[in-house]
Amino acid sequence: MSLDQETVKRIATLARLKLSDDRMGPMQQDLNRILHFIDQLNEVDTSSVEGMAGVNTPSMPFRKDVVNDGGYVDKILENAPEVACNMFVVPKVVE
Amino acid sequence: MNDLIRLTMAEAKDGLHRKMFSSVELTEVYLASMERNRSINAYILETPELALERAKESDQRLAKGQARSLEGLPIAIKDLFCTSGIQTTAGSHILGEFKPPYESTVSGNLKNAGAVSLGKTNMDEFAMGSANITSYYGNVINPWKRADGKDLTPGGSSGGSAAAVAGGLAIAATGTDTGGSIRQPAAFSGVVGIKPTYGRCSRWGIVAFASSLDQAGPMTRDVRDAALMLEVMAGHDPKDSTSASLEVPSFEKALNQGVKGLRVGIPKEYRVDGMAEEIQNLWEKGAQWLKEAGAEIVEVSLPHTKYSLPTYYVLAPAEASSNLARYDGVRYGHRVSGKTLDELYENTRSEGFGAEVQRRILIGTYVLSAGFYDAYYLKAQKVRQLITQDFELAFQKVDVILTPTTPAAAFALDEKPTDPVVMYLNDVLTVSANLAGIPGISIPAGLSKQGLPLGLQLIGPAFDENILFRVGRVIEEAAAFKSFLER
Repeated sequence: MSLDQETVKRIATLARLKLSDDRMGPMQQDLNRILHFIDQLNEVDTSSVEGMAGVNTPSMPFRKDVVNDGGYVDKILENAPEVACNMFVVPKVVE
Repeated sequence: MNDLIRLTMAEAKDGLHRKMFSSVELTEVYLASMERNRSINAYILETPELALERAKESDQRLAKGQARSLEGLPIAIKDLFCTSGIQTTAGSHILGEFKPPYESTVSGNLKNAGAVSLGKTNMDEFAMGSANITSYYGNVINPWKRADGKDLTPGGSSGGSAAAVAGGLAIAATGTDTGGSIRQPAAFSGVVGIKPTYGRCSRWGIVAFASSLDQAGPMTRDVRDAALMLEVMAGHDPKDSTSASLEVPSFEKALNQGVKGLRVGIPKEYRVDGMAEEIQNLWEKGAQWLKEAGAEIVEVSLPHTKYSLPTYYVLAPAEASSNLARYDGVRYGHRVSGKTLDELYENTRSEGFGAEVQRRILIGTYVLSAGFYDAYYLKAQKVRQLITQDFELAFQKVDVILTPTTPAAAFALDEKPTDPVVMYLNDVLTVSANLAGIPGISIPAGLSKQGLPLGLQLIGPAFDENILFRVGRVIEEAAAFKSFLER
């Protein structure tokens, strides 16, 4: 499976990355090398195998549904690039 | 005083308790060494004032007989661990000046045991790399040199930690290992590094790369120190739902149990193409040492070994693309403004992430995208199951598995491969343990013809780190490896 430039552009948009024209070619080549490497997996018969998402965690532990953290807006905002009225500031998203 | 720099943690602990020197004296020796060796770029951030302050507190505790288990020992923290109020970068530009308002559980455990942090070590960006050449803060240089004198990689992604422990810039350091990022740099730098069982150490507060594979572990001068330090780092943490609610055994007690009667597996599939002859020879020597110490050597088969790396390069980028979606320039870190919110995201992420990270995000996004999820992501999850089953079957026959850690010794920074896939092959012998969630340790065991350290790896069943320490100790004694500082 090989990716064309159109597909690379589409993935980049999904990932919120911008690829300039001069980076497009080399990136496309690298991605195709990696995908070609990954394609080896098709040799493996997995028809009767169940996928595993993680290890050593047979069941997720439950805890009481109570608030046990929070109440420190200042701490949450202290690393923000731009803040106003205890909120993060971003460009306008509603017309 | 300069002899202090060669001490292991256990030796320094003993010296502190016997009042042969103070924690401030020991810390000052390390701070001076860090200053002298800045050219190897092992640290992203040095925190000398904080270290001295902590060392003073440790000396007071030692004087009062209130010493904790790592009291006054100067260690380094990989810059992937969030440290409260201290800049944490993950080796990336995108985190900017980020100062976490909280402490990772593992670095907190070390702090609470009295360890003195010297600073944050350099690493591949977001732990993605095997040579420590993708850090925004520059390459790390291995203290070891070949005859041609070229600058060598210390390995990666925990390259700064490995170089610091090898070169005498910290008595020990934390690392993290997603596909080999503790064991491979440990092997390249002639130190001990263990990736414990998935779930042994809490991942809370460690900047996430691939959540189902990431584990923290110690990088140390010898096997005893690794046992000592892992005991402190490990333990159940309700803040990480994947952390195991199991008692942490006394790893130190396992150290001198010997290998008599143990069955050691040699997986035939690990004789990979391109493995250096000297590595093959060292592997045979390792088996011989264990045999002489009373173990039985058994050939085992891990038939899906070949598919570990391709499986990893679907799953790790997939998890990474999801984990790294949070870096958007809104709540913390670097921001590049844009006219619209989407433009702000794109500008920030394109400038903030390096090339390797962008490659992996794109691969991860692709394998998770509509229409390709089953063919790539689900397929890889199934092969992961088969890889895990290989180990389960093997551990019905043997107690532990012996392999080399890497297919070759450290390479020069100007010899780095340009094809990303060739670079990925560095982790071919380590990555299976991450996929199966089982523990692996690398022990320095010999030198290449060019005089560079080579490592042997032991892989054990889930939650049996003790077997690694036990067998590792025997290899260490037989190898009588001389560290960089002892040369």
